[in-house]
Amino acid sequence: MNTVIQIVFYGLSLSMLFFLLSSGFSLIFGLMGVLNFSHGSMFMWGCYFAYLAYVYTGNFWLMLIAGAVGIGVMGLLMEKFLIRPLKGNHTNQILLTFGLIYVLDELAKIAFGTRAYLVSAPEWLQGSITVGPENIPKYRIFMIIAGIVIFIVMTLLLQKTKLGLIIRAGIDKPRMVQAIGIDVQKVFLVTFALGCALAGLGGAIAVPFMGAYPSIGTEQIFNAVAVVVVGGMGSFLGSFYASLILGFAQYIVSYFFPELAMASTLIIMLVVILFKPNGLFGGKKSE
Amino acid sequence: MDNILEMNQVETYIGQYHILFGIDLKVRKGGATVLLGRNGGGKTTTLDTIIGLRKPSAGTIILDGEDVTKLPAYEMARKGVGYVPEDRDIFSDLTIEENLLITARKNGGNYQERLDMVLSLFPDMKKYFKKKARVLSGGQAQMLSISRALINDNKLILVDEPSKGLAPLIIAELMEKMNEIKQETTILLVEQNYEMATAVGDYFYFVEDGKTVFECTKEVLLQDESVKQKYLGV
Ligand SMILES: Nc1ncnc2c1ncn2[C@@H]1O[C@H](COP(=O)(O)OP(=O)(O)O)[C@@H](O)[C@H]1O
Ligand SMILES: [Mg+2]
Repeated sequence: MNTVIQIVFYGLSLSMLFFLLSSGFSLIFGLMGVLNFSHGSMFMWGCYFAYLAYVYTGNFWLMLIAGAVGIGVMGLLMEKFLIRPLKGNHTNQILLTFGLIYVLDELAKIAFGTRAYLVSAPEWLQGSITVGPENIPKYRIFMIIAGIVIFIVMTLLLQKTKLGLIIRAGIDKPRMVQAIGIDVQKVFLVTFALGCALAGLGGAIAVPFMGAYPSIGTEQIFNAVAVVVVGGMGSFLGSFYASLILGFAQYIVSYFFPELAMASTLIIMLVVILFKPNGLFGGKKSE
Repeated sequence: MDNILEMNQVETYIGQYHILFGIDLKVRKGGATVLLGRNGGGKTTTLDTIIGLRKPSAGTIILDGEDVTKLPAYEMARKGVGYVPEDRDIFSDLTIEENLLITARKNGGNYQERLDMVLSLFPDMKKYFKKKARVLSGGQAQMLSISRALINDNKLILVDEPSKGLAPLIIAELMEKMNEIKQETTILLVEQNYEMATAVGDYFYFVEDGKTVFECTKEVLLQDESVKQKYLGV
């Protein structure tokens, strides 16, 4: 009984973290065909932006906003000055975003060193609440709620707004979107920034939980790739479901066999690649 | 200005391949002009070049008296050119309504009026209005693709092989609709189906190996067997 409750809450909170990390990554790939391998490093910088905002303001909400806005602006600049000049050449994009991992990670080491900076959660999120026989940290519950809220907000954005329609149409038929009068360049810019902002927000939410340290980005990009492979490239709903699958799998396996946690993700990923190469939830067909 | 569109010696590359070597054509305002010619001749590339999805490397494209040679697709669309591409390219994850909404432009006329017109022309679109476009049959998908081009008050619509892959009965229906549509706007039609081409078209160009090699009126095409034989291999 204890274990089940613990697994549900801890698994869910890990899943929501994966979701925040991967949904932007998937959205960007789905619409633009850009595999942004530096997405994890942006998550990591989201941690630092959040940490700095917390140090200067002491305000938890400002800290979350700083992570999202800071990395959103970083994404804006990256799309405009680095991604766009490559004119859709996928090889160059991969070289660029891989290279950026090193640049962003080294910059973090120069600025902050390799130690981890911890931020404590605000008082109202400290301690735990009792669920049955189990004490669940309040911050875990906050992460779960935050993930669900962002899932709902993003779903509404994609389903109900004109931008959402354009993004969904563009994932499906990128050429045709231009032929109906939409400046796809602008949509790319906004989507890239939005996807990065999600990573930044994820990083900010993770700081009180994991701290900010340089290698967190490279640790997390693996999870983001796994979510997108399992959920289907560019499928927003797919990234949500796949986050749940991988989050729970990783937590359950690490509960019983801690050293096999990453292996579980790898195995699920390989099985999906073998039997459903386009992911479990559809998504963009690989070209 | 009697011509809505003029192409002068237009050349286009796809990657490193030289595909169009000199397309010369004039599309008169009103009615339907048809591009004929064997598969792989460059008809689709011609339409892609007009709408701006492919950049010409030489030549000029004039829309309604204005040089639009270098304009990107989204600006061509905003100037009133609708596109019904060869593979239809309907947005399958969007509903019929959303397909039309997303295509409607502020300068495309009164949306409600245009919508009423489209729905009366293609009643099936009304029937599936709130359904995802992926549920449509091939013929219905084609009608949605055409509806999308009609939801704006376009001055020219480019239609690429609308009959491709459709059953004869549906083609006959489509033929009728195309004749209704050409009362409203100008059509530049690519069509391999000879019956459809001659039922709809008023003026004809033949495209071969990336060049316009011959042009004629409908009368000439219908009467002169040698034209058919030479260019269509009929
Ligand atoms: N993406 C492409 N890459 C290379 N060659 C292409 C591409 N698309 C079309 N072509 C070539 O361009 C020529 C003209 O094609 P297309 O314009 O589609 O002809 P049509 O519509 O008359 O059948 C063909 O020889 C075709 O093989
Ligand atoms: Mg063609």
